Amino acid sequence: MNIIVCMKQVVDLEQIRIKPSTREPVLEGLPVMFGDFDKCALEEAVRLKEEHGGKVTAVAAGSAKLKDTIKEALAIGADEAVILTDEAFQGSDAMGSARLLAKAIEKIGEYDLILMGDGSADNYSGEVPPRVGEVLGLPQAGCVREVKVLDGALQVTRDLEDALEVVEMDLPALVSVTTEINIPRLPALTDILKAGRKALHTWGPDEVGAIPAASVVEVLSNLAPVQDRKEIIFENIEEGLTEVVKALEGEGVLER
Amino acid sequence: MSGILVYSEAAQTALGLLTKGRQLADELGQPLSVVLLGEDAAKRAEDAFAHGAGQAFVGDDPHLAVFQAQTYAAALAQIAAQAQADLVLIGSTRRGRELAPRLAQRLEAGCATDVTNLSIQDGRLVTERRALGGKTISTETLTSSQQVIAVMPKLYEAEPGGAENGEVIEVSLVLEPTATCLVERKPKETGGVDIEGAEILIGVGRGLDNEEDLKLIQELADALGGAVGCSRPLSYEYHWLPDDRTIGLSGNICSPRLYIALGLSGQIQHTVGIMDSDVIVAINKDKSAPIFKMADYGIVGDLYEAVPKLVDMLKTRG
Repeated sequence: MNIIVCMKQVVDLEQIRIKPSTREPVLEGLPVMFGDFDKCALEEAVRLKEEHGGKVTAVAAGSAKLKDTIKEALAIGADEAVILTDEAFQGSDAMGSARLLAKAIEKIGEYDLILMGDGSADNYSGEVPPRVGEVLGLPQAGCVREVKVLDGALQVTRDLEDALEVVEMDLPALVSVTTEINIPRLPALTDILKAGRKALHTWGPDEVGAIPAASVVEVLSNLAPVQDRKEIIFENIEEGLTEVVKALEGEGVLER
Repeated sequence: MSGILVYSEAAQTALGLLTKGRQLADELGQPLSVVLLGEDAAKRAEDAFAHGAGQAFVGDDPHLAVFQAQTYAAALAQIAAQAQADLVLIGSTRRGRELAPRLAQRLEAGCATDVTNLSIQDGRLVTERRALGGKTISTETLTSSQQVIAVMPKLYEAEPGGAENGEVIEVSLVLEPTATCLVERKPKETGGVDIEGAEILIGVGRGLDNEEDLKLIQELADALGGAVGCSRPLSYEYHWLPDDRTIGLSGNICSPRLYIALGLSGQIQHTVGIMDSDVIVAINKDKSAPIFKMADYGIVGDLYEAVPKLVDMLKTRG
């Protein structure tokens, strides 16, 4: 089974600081990494390959830092990787990213399954998987927490609000996964060393064609919501409970 | 002519979107229509008219029997063309989150999902959605002529009003079979506890050691007349509580009068779900847990020691 995993490099969200004066996030100089959803998609691809054979190719579009970030994907178990870091591709929105990824997928060629995370760790818009599915004309299933390979088909379990849905899909198909599907492995040192010797391709407009990078999304502002909390902290349980109950009574929040 | 088209597979969400859509349609001077799909579609037209739809595009086809984003996107694209709609509003349910971008790609339109606010500014539709894992709110506008906007399912309450009589338009859809089929549907256990509507909410996280210890948390909830919710691992991973008790970005967004966080570190994916609480109390062993930065009152200590004491205090308070 040949699997293509699309991944997105995001800044380390835990390290984002908010400027108190403007409520703006400070993003400069933060380390980048793959999000949890994307790592789960890759882990699932590697497990399917280990069980059924085939090949896993990781694909990612983004800044030049991907040259380093992608090594984690190769260490976790992708056989090779394609990065799309050309200047011409920067600044695109979900529509442009989907077109670009679809071009790369077509160039990679034969595949049975495309796996992605249900949303990126940063914006979690979930737009790219359905958009890629539409460009390539593939059936899709999202919110997937279990994947089984049947004879020439795939059985997936979708985790919806009110039910689990078990769906059978012919291949090729596009599946996006939730973080419940697996716990991604931490690559061993030998895997990290081996990753450096795996094939890493950098494709630009010459390889995948020109993609209009313009974005139709105009961001008017991106600010932290106003949070004005008292932050009164007690380090003694007895005292703390007494004071907190008194304060809550005073604020009238304990009334039924 | 251009117009606004509303669709959600969740009937109540569709009526809420029509209620909001009515206001947008008035401001923009555009007609408002609804899409109703499936075998009982026509029956829902009256309700849609009572909530402001001027037209109901009604379609049924054997290929619509089971929701598949590919098929539903094709159906909606055909109806959007017939209705000459520039704006399609969709409920951002899990199905809606798949449908909206797929439809947008088909229409070569811009899209926004999980939208938490919609307004018209200078004649443009302006959306808000959470960004950077919930740390910020991104206010955006799309420059594409057609737009597909998926709105958080319970954001707008359904209120009747607007046009009383509408026109039913039967559409003939041309749909292809897809390579998927539904094997089984397993309804989820729901506890019948509405944590989104709770006035007093207790949230519990990984600081809880065992499933049995939920009894302790429930005792506190009972003493306060509140409900118990949790962070995602406790529901989706451990199955200690039903999935519908999940608080946070991928669960419920709650705004209780009082929120008590127990054994919760305060990761943004969780706290985004309780930011609108009037008062937040946190109890956590770890003094440096981020939850204390979000709290009005914090107690550094073991929940296993603090919770029984708090229950006693509340009981003797009477």
